[in-house]
Amino acid sequence: MSTTALKDRSQERQKQMIAEHFSRLARSGETGEKSVYTFVPGNLTELVRNFDLLPVLPEINALQSGMRGKSREYIGLAEKLGHSEDVCTYVKCDVGMMKSGNVGPTGERLPSPDLLLLSYTGCFTFMKWFELLRQEYKCPTVMLHVPYQADGQVTASMRKYIVDQLVKKVIPSLERASGKKFDIDKLREQMRASAQAEDDLVWVLKSARNKPSPIDAYFGGVYYIGPIFSAFRGTHDAVLYYKELREEVQERVELGLGPVTPEGPMEKEKFRVVVEGPPNWTSFREFWKMFADEGAVVVASTYTKVGGTYDYGFRHDPDHPLESLADYCLGCYTNLNLPTRVDVLCDYMREYSADGLLVHSVKSCNSFSAGQLVMLGEVERRTGKPVGFLESDLVDPRYFSAANIKNRLESYFQMVAQKRDAASSHSAEAAR
Amino acid sequence: MSAAEIRALIEKAEEVYRDLRLESVRRWKAEHKGLAIGFMPIWAPRELIHAQGGLPVGIMGGGEDVEIIKGDAFYQSYICHIPRSTIELALNGSLDCLDGMVFPAICDVIRNLSGIWKLRFPERLSRYFDVPQDFDPEVGGAFMRRELEELAHELEQRGARKLEPMALRRSIAAYNHNRARIQGLYDLRRREPWKVPTWELYLLLRAGLVMPVEEHDHLLDQYRAAVEVDHERRPMDQARVVLTGSFCEQPPLGLIKTLERAGCYIVDDDFVQVGRWFDKPVELAGDPLDNLVHSFLTDSLPSPTRYEDSDQKGQELVRRVEASRAEGVLFCAPSFCDPALLDQPMAVRAIEERGIPWTAFKYAENTGQFQVIREQAGTFADSIKLFSEAVTA
Ligand code: SF4
Ligand code: SF4
Repeated sequence: MSTTALKDRSQERQKQMIAEHFSRLARSGETGEKSVYTFVPGNLTELVRNFDLLPVLPEINALQSGMRGKSREYIGLAEKLGHSEDVCTYVKCDVGMMKSGNVGPTGERLPSPDLLLLSYTGCFTFMKWFELLRQEYKCPTVMLHVPYQADGQVTASMRKYIVDQLVKKVIPSLERASGKKFDIDKLREQMRASAQAEDDLVWVLKSARNKPSPIDAYFGGVYYIGPIFSAFRGTHDAVLYYKELREEVQERVELGLGPVTPEGPMEKEKFRVVVEGPPNWTSFREFWKMFADEGAVVVASTYTKVGGTYDYGFRHDPDHPLESLADYCLGCYTNLNLPTRVDVLCDYMREYSADGLLVHSVKSCNSFSAGQLVMLGEVERRTGKPVGFLESDLVDPRYFSAANIKNRLESYFQMVAQKRDAASSHSAEAAR
Repeated sequence: MSAAEIRALIEKAEEVYRDLRLESVRRWKAEHKGLAIGFMPIWAPRELIHAQGGLPVGIMGGGEDVEIIKGDAFYQSYICHIPRSTIELALNGSLDCLDGMVFPAICDVIRNLSGIWKLRFPERLSRYFDVPQDFDPEVGGAFMRRELEELAHELEQRGARKLEPMALRRSIAAYNHNRARIQGLYDLRRREPWKVPTWELYLLLRAGLVMPVEEHDHLLDQYRAAVEVDHERRPMDQARVVLTGSFCEQPPLGLIKTLERAGCYIVDDDFVQVGRWFDKPVELAGDPLDNLVHSFLTDSLPSPTRYEDSDQKGQELVRRVEASRAEGVLFCAPSFCDPALLDQPMAVRAIEERGIPWTAFKYAENTGQFQVIREQAGTFADSIKLFSEAVTA
């Protein structure tokens, strides 16, 4: 089968999965299906679907609004309604979308939530966000507080706290919202499917160790994480999607191909970089193109770990379902302390033979951004590789200055090239 | 006589407030040989540190007095000011008398600051204190108890006394007394705000972050006695307002004075909440650790940093306005403070439903110009007074 056909197959499947999901949501008024709004980090998709409830991820809606050019209007509306210009734009984008009729990414109307599942993992803003939504929707809300891995480890106390909340609060709330009983055998089955998809996703992400890398693990990576970070983990569809994706990437590796960029296949891989921080969504393609124009491939990124750090070995475990949900939540990237985040970046630099690190700092997100300058310095000190810093925002187009970012990227890659040349002439001399 | 006495007491408090190098803590350490443990806003278990022979030291950033030389290189421009001045103080040696820092779980900035501490000061204790957002005693309560036990254990490993129930009970009693005194002054200010100007009360609270609790009690008692007999302090025609949003990064002292001079009696506020965090005394009988946990779960002040379990957002502010017979609300939050600013629209909605007037502005701890805020607060106070005159007429 040709590469294009294979490529199309996984993309097509993802598109179809999303379209079906949103159409089910849109029709839920007639079908009686119920929906649960929740967040990407620490999402409990298997559990939500265990009750045949449909997950809605407001963060994904917000980023989609950014990509569809709607976020400016939504943010403007939220600010007009009294939201501060200083706060996270995902929240404002979502509030604006809700106030404009709650039309989702596929152009269909989203149902109001039957339950707000506040998976409080790795970000304090989540709490405010759902308190705001609760005030609007007047629906039940359940909080799952996931402790922070402040010392870089999961303790028995943290795990117990989460499992206790699942048993006493979350599961009963899902039972009430759905009118169905919790089925642990079904959950085990779902988790088996999760682990299978997770294996394939990790294989895909690790394929970037090849030279050239067959994938872009940041710009391309956000598509790859789509199903597993949103509504589909633990489903048969997700298993098929990741199997197909893996086959496609496998074929690229065998053919020695680089990633496909917005401008088509990348000709020559000139730079390999690690990126820390979320992307910009309002100028996503333009941002990606700036990298591609330089021949730069992102070989590893931290953003693709906000919904789980599977590459560090975690898998959902059918034999310990609730404990493994707890461990899953605890391990999401923004729930890791800064020293661990620095370790992750240094590991990536080594594992993926990267030329340098770029931090993309977004104004919206204190969870990611507060401390990134210190992390940058640490990685530079430990690896001796060039580091660069870019600033914009997630979905507020007012903070994306294309000229400025382009300039910075150009000078950054010049510096990387100089350093690399200097290092290679140094080692050539030493060999003589 | 009492005016001079009050001045002397406030000068003493201001001296502690401006003592960024924590000289008094250094002296305490030389004398008592205990651990000095810093903590960030809002709440930390001071009782526990005290019971283990330590001195809890509240750090609320560097305020208007610290020049930021290195701190700005640590933070992007869109992050609030308190972490950069706090790191500045740490880097310039001001905090080197602290044996450790506790970072309570209130927002992502403070949370990540705990990681910066670990990276920059690996030899010092850096403890993120994860307070529960689940308020069931058997779930969140049990978790919090384990967190407290771990903290106690860590302090012990650093040379503090072992945590003993009797000692903890005594410390809880000491802080109960202190909270009662502070609450007493808040009540007095509600009744007769001209007797307790907020800028004075604020300095007293700030002093209490650094002084040993027993010494602070004494300062509060002296102040209370002095203002009660000072008949020079007479009511003026000012608007009664609740000030909210300033629970973490604090406004500069000049800003508080400006608001009062602009015609506002601040009859309730969010400043230095650790001194009032429990609105009832912590129970003394029974297991003291459980009692501390119980108070945290059930008797804590509502805060934007605590999950509100029911759809009551903003109702607490309405209650505060009513209880303090305030005529309006000043939303006064630090720039870029997500918890305060995201909470604000919900609080605004609740008070607007009750027809309570409000105005909002932002500050940074080192804001130097108050002209705009003075005008805004002055106009607000005037409009409240005109409205109440119209109503009475
Ligand atoms: S602060 Fe960051 S993690 Fe939190 S909701 Fe906003 S973008 Fe997401
Ligand atoms: S001022 Fe607000 S955002 Fe800044 S550290 Fe304090 S609570 Fe967090």
